[in-house]
Amino acid sequence: MANDNKAPHIDIMRSQLGRARGLGSAKSGLHHWMAQRLTAIALVPLTLWFVFSVFSLQGAPHAGMIAWMQSPLHLVLMLALIAATFHHMQLGLQTVIEDYIHGDSCRMVVLLAMKGITVLLALTAAVSALKMGL
Amino acid sequence: MVGRNSDGKLVRRPLSPHLQVYKPQITTVLSILHRISGIALAAGTLLLVYWLLAGATGPAAFDGVQGFIGSIFGRLLLFGWTVALFFHFFSGLRHLAWDANKGFEKAEYVASGWAVVICTGVASVLAWVIGYAVR
Repeated sequence: MANDNKAPHIDIMRSQLGRARGLGSAKSGLHHWMAQRLTAIALVPLTLWFVFSVFSLQGAPHAGMIAWMQSPLHLVLMLALIAATFHHMQLGLQTVIEDYIHGDSCRMVVLLAMKGITVLLALTAAVSALKMGL
Repeated sequence: MVGRNSDGKLVRRPLSPHLQVYKPQITTVLSILHRISGIALAAGTLLLVYWLLAGATGPAAFDGVQGFIGSIFGRLLLFGWTVALFFHFFSGLRHLAWDANKGFEKAEYVASGWAVVICTGVASVLAWVIGYAVR
């Protein structure tokens, strides 16, 4: 850096009050962390159930898949798996994007795109499961 | 790099050394693998959505997805998905233990790290052995 030996400075005029107002608590510091843990805990049994289910459905014909999904227990667990998975995924990808994308506007665009795609994927999965199961 | 200290004063912040000067350790390698496997699983949800959507669309579409998953490429994809899933699963359990304030001694986190590696390998191989056995 060219100005390494000068006193550190940023070329903007800003009062201490303005700085405090702009950079205060987001009022949601714990929510993201907690939601990530709650969905993780929910996914422990749901993932085990899902792996077991994939075994039982291996090579099943279409009619077998429909019959399986028409059990209310399977449908409920599948919907719970979808909700927990996509919520957990969205929280995790948000952290990754916030860590690696430094430009404010670019980060915002990528975050919104990721959240939008996640919602559409979750809805597609849930509606498909419901269509088979109901 | 210019930043602010906790008093709000402008200070020159040091940059951390580059990643490649560190020797890879079980802790650091598993940490980044947890993130990478999470990203891989996010991509893998496309397979889950494709599978459910095909099932809801009809028998022909469902035969299509079953055929894709049964192909060599599909099986390779599914194997990678299995490994990523089991790794993220066991590594996630390790993270939950840390959240409960357990396992922070050096001997403990080294041991739990290797346990994650071994459990991932065993569970992945076992899943595929059982998968081939019951079909």
